[in-house]
Amino acid sequence: MFAGSSLFFWLLAALGALVLPWHMQQEGVGLAGLMAFGQADPEAASAIWQALAHGRFWFWPVVAGVLLALPGALPLGPAARRAQFLLAGGGLGLVAIVAQGLAIGIGGWSFAWMEAAFGPLDDRQFGIGLGGSLAFLGCLVLVTDGLALRGLFKGDRFVSGAVGVLFASILLFTAWPVLNVLGQIFTPQGELDAMAALGTRLFDQKIWGLGCVTASVNCGVFWNTLLLATSTASAATLLGLCFALIVTRARFPGRRAMRLLTVLPIITPPFVIGLGLILIFGRSGVVNQMVETVFGWELGRWIYGYNGVFLAQVFSFTPTAFLVLIGVVEGISPSMEEASQTLRASEMRTFQSVTLPLMVPGLANAWLVVFVESLADFGNPIVLGGSFGVLSTEIFFAVVGAQQDFGRAAVLAAIMLLLGLGAFLLQRAVVGRRSYVSVTGKGDVGLPTKLPRPVRLVAFAIAIPWAILTVVVYSMALAGAFVRVWGRDWTPTLSHFARAFAIEWAADGRMMFTGGAWNSLLTTIQLAAIAAPITAAIGLLAAWVLTRQRFTGRTTLEFSLMLTFAVPGTVIGVAYILTYNVPPLEITGTAIILIACFVFRNLPVGVRSGVAAMSQLDKSLDEAAITLRASTFRALRTVVLPLLKPAIVTALVYSFVRAMTTVSAVIFLVSAEYEMATVFIINRVINGDYGLAIAYCAVLIVLMVATIGLINLLVGRRKLGRRAAAPVGAPA
Amino acid sequence: MLRHIALGLGLLLPAALPAAAQGTLNLYCSATIEWCQPIARGFERETGIRVTLAQRSTGEMLAQIRAEGRNPRGDVWWGGTGDPHVAAGEEGLTQAYESPRIAELHDWAQAQWRQTQGRTVGVYASVLGFGFNEELIARRNLPAPRCWADLLNPVYQGEIQMANPNSSGTAYIVIATLVQMMGEDPAFDYLRRLHGSINAYPRSGTAPINAVARGETALSISFVHNAAEERAAGFPVGHAVPCEGTGYEIGSMSIIRGARNLQNAQRFYHWALSAEAQLTASQEARKLQTMSNRGVPLTEGAPNMQTARIIDYDNARFGASAERRRLLARWDREISSLPR
Repeated sequence: MFAGSSLFFWLLAALGALVLPWHMQQEGVGLAGLMAFGQADPEAASAIWQALAHGRFWFWPVVAGVLLALPGALPLGPAARRAQFLLAGGGLGLVAIVAQGLAIGIGGWSFAWMEAAFGPLDDRQFGIGLGGSLAFLGCLVLVTDGLALRGLFKGDRFVSGAVGVLFASILLFTAWPVLNVLGQIFTPQGELDAMAALGTRLFDQKIWGLGCVTASVNCGVFWNTLLLATSTASAATLLGLCFALIVTRARFPGRRAMRLLTVLPIITPPFVIGLGLILIFGRSGVVNQMVETVFGWELGRWIYGYNGVFLAQVFSFTPTAFLVLIGVVEGISPSMEEASQTLRASEMRTFQSVTLPLMVPGLANAWLVVFVESLADFGNPIVLGGSFGVLSTEIFFAVVGAQQDFGRAAVLAAIMLLLGLGAFLLQRAVVGRRSYVSVTGKGDVGLPTKLPRPVRLVAFAIAIPWAILTVVVYSMALAGAFVRVWGRDWTPTLSHFARAFAIEWAADGRMMFTGGAWNSLLTTIQLAAIAAPITAAIGLLAAWVLTRQRFTGRTTLEFSLMLTFAVPGTVIGVAYILTYNVPPLEITGTAIILIACFVFRNLPVGVRSGVAAMSQLDKSLDEAAITLRASTFRALRTVVLPLLKPAIVTALVYSFVRAMTTVSAVIFLVSAEYEMATVFIINRVINGDYGLAIAYCAVLIVLMVATIGLINLLVGRRKLGRRAAAPVGAPA
Repeated sequence: MLRHIALGLGLLLPAALPAAAQGTLNLYCSATIEWCQPIARGFERETGIRVTLAQRSTGEMLAQIRAEGRNPRGDVWWGGTGDPHVAAGEEGLTQAYESPRIAELHDWAQAQWRQTQGRTVGVYASVLGFGFNEELIARRNLPAPRCWADLLNPVYQGEIQMANPNSSGTAYIVIATLVQMMGEDPAFDYLRRLHGSINAYPRSGTAPINAVARGETALSISFVHNAAEERAAGFPVGHAVPCEGTGYEIGSMSIIRGARNLQNAQRFYHWALSAEAQLTASQEARKLQTMSNRGVPLTEGAPNMQTARIIDYDNARFGASAERRRLLARWDREISSLPR
């Protein structure tokens, strides 16, 4: 109805600034509270009423901005003049909202220099609420509409609005907190001033020391992390490739089971793999005891330190590599391999000179993803690390440990960030600008070539023992839920489940959830279920914008979308609490902060899977819809979206599962009201109550498998109108 | 069109804050959840004030309280090792309070309260000692350790674990205790000789005793009550209080500066120091620490603070950040950089 003008969003901004309560209300907003024009309590009033009746002069620019934009929002007059009004009014509104929010907090002026310049302010304000949020959103869209009217984004209001909202949300929920935490690098330490403290922290022997090369001391955490991440990434990529080749190209009866097996580690809550490994390879583990009784050798504590962490990480991340690679291996067109064989190349030569080179982008991508995951991994090093420290554990303990040095944590976080970005650049350099396109618009009728014998043998020789080991580790770990004392008293029992998930019936027939785990379980499911669709929606929107639209700042947007992926969870957690505990955006202790954390941490995967799927779709499809006079939005909804079903499933599943299994980021964000399952589990583990922890994990795993099935069922498969499920043709 | 995005974003933006502060208490608890819950429920039963409980390890809680410093969310911080409480007081994150029950407390609790100018008071104490795996030392014919000096016995080569003091408050208390017992230079000399017998310095304070329970290492330097708890869980763990004397940590309580429910916080403070409250909660949680009220009898199997040789721990000096940083830097320089 307002498609032709910006009136809808102007009304939104006006509603936010004039009618609705500007600040967040302690008790929530009731129906009566919505009419905040004329409220006696300044905290419950709308912006204009606070300015009129309560002397809060800082709201005048906000109101002025909104009013100034009105002529631009009405569908009257030439476009150039309307654009000017929209840009000026919306821009003024945005700047005023941000400036007043940052400048005036709960203690009056937020900065000492402002107090010095303007004298003390005997008034204060809390974080923005409903009115402030709507006004911000309204002004933002007015500005993007103005830009579209100016002819940017080819004059497409939908595209410019989408880009504006994406940029704003990345700025608010990623860039701002990360910069905030990096700013802590300059925290003075003792009698040292900012620069000297930075120097001592940055050139620390504990980070850069190389003593382990010559003597048996520990190396600096930087080298430990680099070594661990590089070796884990290489090993996991190799294993993932073996699995991908077997699943797609070999006749093997256990293929489906193998595929299931590779998904298991992704949905496993942290610590389970590490604990399972200790039970098998630990000093008192099964393997050690067997070797000792049979050969009389003592294997000792080899699992602690680099070896154990490496093994556990390869277990955890091989599935990730597999999932990245399987798409690439499936996507290689058989025609090229057939051409090679027609030219009388042997199977082996075809594999070496055609198949393998075509996989390079997939291999590089898998390597990068595992590298970054290994950097940010916290659970495995903490369980198996022993004296072996890596950056993620070091950051955690710099914040919460005996040192309590936030500046050090920030320095370490910056180093970790640089490592992640370095790997990103390296990957781009490897893949380079060569063409890897093998799927064209023409039909693909060939059958995938069989694997050459040596390759098949190697793949099986590596993958099958690994698969068996995975099964053993999991059974050992999950057995802990069903025995009395894990690793000691193997009498079967269900008492752990009873303690966690007991249900009683009260006298009046009401059901009472008396088990200790119910509260956190229900909260976790609820929040994960809210976060997953938001992640998928924003991720796919971003993917569509990135692949289909050309505008300045596109690379910046792509890069900043990937940023949270390289920032470890602990840093994000601390950054969030540091940033959102004070006005203007005061959301600590609410469910919103947890949801925002899930959405923006898992966004990179939504974007990546969207980009991958989108680049397979020929652009002529949306162009055809546009030619038929569908709006951009309609083309997106009716043509592109149904073809993106696999990507939607990936994004939904991944963000749901990650929301249920992340630890390090949420450990600072949970509150008494909103407790998460993983934090509950970790408290059990720290307490040595492994039985309950693993019983809870088992329930979570079952729940997640059920959810994945449900999501697949709800979204459904895309219908491509062809018999074999070969990928859709993509233009070069 | 954009309304769809608007709806999506609207979900992300603030809508409401949790319930108001009438008749509630925000309890920050750094003991185990088994102990926090009886404490919270006991106070609710006694007063009818609704308690919202947040449980976090001491270090994490200090990080949170510090991050919330400009806009405190918690009212009272109960439990957890004393040094972070002292550090919080030093930074002005907690406030002083005098309860009439101070006189009912053990000397060590009163001393801590005086040393921190009333900002922090002890609610329980945990004694430092050794935990050892009885099966493992029997299999290897190792003697059970009884004194600090025993640990230097070469038979324990590669069998001892102690947490890394850079990350673990427990391990820092080990260093502070040795420095107070022996003097600083001899203490570091002792740690240097001990270094050869230590197989790992894990990051978390309870990791060594967990490793002992599962037979991953023979000995650990840990709190005695942790060893007793592992034994109660069914593991062959024995413990000893060092014969030369030992240090302890004080599980502490502080009122957070700027508490929104100050009156309820003070009421909780007063209640939590009473003998009945301490007895009921610790029995329900089956805890073996010594309670700070003199009226609480010692739990069966708990180490006796009266008979064990407990040093006069200087909380003010060793809780201060500057001293802590200096000792940790010296440990890094002189001990952890040594080859093994």
